Amino acid sequence: MVGLATGATLVVLVPLVAIFGYLIYKGIGSLDWNFLTKIPKPVGETGGGMANAIVGSGLILLIASLIGVPMGIGTGIYLAEFGKKRFGYLVRFTADVLNGVPSIVIGIVAWSLVVVSQKHFSALAGGVALGIMMVPIISRSTEEMLLMVPQSLREAAWGLGIPQWRTTLSITLRTASSGIITAVMLSFARVAGETAPLLFTALGNQFWNFSINHETAALPLQIYTYANSPYDDWHRQAWAGALILIILILISMSLVRMAASRGVFKGGN
Amino acid sequence: MLKQMNGPLLRTKVQPNPAQPASQDSPAPVPRQKIEHKSSRLADATFRYLMLVCALSVLAIVVLIVRELILSSALARHTFGLKFFVTQVWDPVSGDFGALPFIYGTLVSSLLALIMAVPLSIGVATFTTEICPPRLRSMLSYVVELLATIPSVIYGLWGMYVLVPILRQYVQPFLAKYFGWTGLFSGYQFGYSMLAAGIILAIMIIPIITSITREVMSAVPTAQREGVLAIGATRWEMIRVGVLRNARTGIMGAIILGLGRALGETIAVTLLIGNRPEIAKSLFAPGYTLASVIANEFSEATGDLYLSALVEIGLALFLITLLVNIVAQLMVWSITRGSTQRATA
Repeated sequence: MVGLATGATLVVLVPLVAIFGYLIYKGIGSLDWNFLTKIPKPVGETGGGMANAIVGSGLILLIASLIGVPMGIGTGIYLAEFGKKRFGYLVRFTADVLNGVPSIVIGIVAWSLVVVSQKHFSALAGGVALGIMMVPIISRSTEEMLLMVPQSLREAAWGLGIPQWRTTLSITLRTASSGIITAVMLSFARVAGETAPLLFTALGNQFWNFSINHETAALPLQIYTYANSPYDDWHRQAWAGALILIILILISMSLVRMAASRGVFKGGN
Repeated sequence: MLKQMNGPLLRTKVQPNPAQPASQDSPAPVPRQKIEHKSSRLADATFRYLMLVCALSVLAIVVLIVRELILSSALARHTFGLKFFVTQVWDPVSGDFGALPFIYGTLVSSLLALIMAVPLSIGVATFTTEICPPRLRSMLSYVVELLATIPSVIYGLWGMYVLVPILRQYVQPFLAKYFGWTGLFSGYQFGYSMLAAGIILAIMIIPIITSITREVMSAVPTAQREGVLAIGATRWEMIRVGVLRNARTGIMGAIILGLGRALGETIAVTLLIGNRPEIAKSLFAPGYTLASVIANEFSEATGDLYLSALVEIGLALFLITLLVNIVAQLMVWSITRGSTQRATA
């Protein structure tokens, strides 16, 4: 039986190694300067790239962060500082529910809220969808981080005459800041790879777009479109794009690990 | 300065802490002394209401989700009524829509994923918490959680290039030859099938089930393990009786949480399942899930009824995952509540 558990672990490790290995094997050959700086070329022409998708992803994630991070941290602060009663349970429960909503359904909602009212697809709609997804992740972790700050710290501040709002912002939040930044980066890494909500909000674009009111390419979206296509060149580019995506996600995860290992109580430096 | 602090500027409100039973979810509260300055009362109130607005926005988002889904699917709901969920036909050309093939596809692919993932996850969790040498423990859990960070589209891409050819060339002929009599492994071997979707979903939900199972297994008190060992149990018996049996509610919760994730998974499934809106017994046959049909057809839907039918499918998906997640949360909370500790120093 113990052997079975060991065997199960080995079986689970196989796809992990297989996926990463295959990703590197397929993607590394196609990663070149062209790929990172050029926009897609028509099929059959060489030299196209995914630059617009990378930049577009950045734009959409920026909008998502502007929406999701303040709301998430604010909710986390509320739950940690004021949320001991029934209303706090309700909010916490709702945040967990929101966490479990499938991303495609959130895409539908963002479509219905933003695309239908504006009558066109936009990076804003994509950003709204991803921002909604970030809120529960950030709020949950922020609350946990704030609860880990010792109560005596708050009491010392109150004893000195510092008002509640100032205590929370300057002292409690700052103490928990590395943990909160960790949470933000984690949620960032999670929504960076999301494709489904962008399928009919940001829609994708073959050209450069820097405006929030137009369709925008996004890296996972572009990979998905290329994967579905019948062209070998696009398949090759899809692998390269996938490699870039996983590298970006792994970088933010490593930053998360580094920040977490510095500890919560070291304060915000 | 002391005189100033005790003067009219400072009012101390002592709030006695109502005794809360240890079974509450939040950590044990500490008696709070709310010290108010007259000058900061406005700022305090503003801050509190600002944070309240943020918290209310989470509620507002969920309300908005429900509202938009219900409103946008109104046309389809009034046209088809409840027959929508039992009709097998999905014909955009004639305007005849039914969700049964998708419900079937979603349920079967998720069930298949659970059947494959649960034993593996419990095995990995058992190995990590009970058997593994402590030095390897954090590295192993990190590696398993690494599986969770891989985006869905990369799973799909890998599935298309590695999993499907392996299925087509080796696994499907093998299964058809030895287990074809069950009827589950018959039909043409495309590779893109319910089986492929089930396998990739299993790989995707293993990290979630593993991490929560690990959490609930660690929450079982050591006294339980020691007690079982003291009456002469073997190692496996200790794990089975002392740990797994105690944690079984939490493990059920973890499984259901994994199910919730599998139900909503879109991109990897869309790329591997074959996308044919038909119900077939064989696992080799292509299928279609609720999420896949939305992903494939939403941006190309012509006509209001088509769009509305797709939104109704989204509503169905939302309600199913909502139910599953609520059940799962209740189960996981019953085991791990109170385990987050508030640091007092």
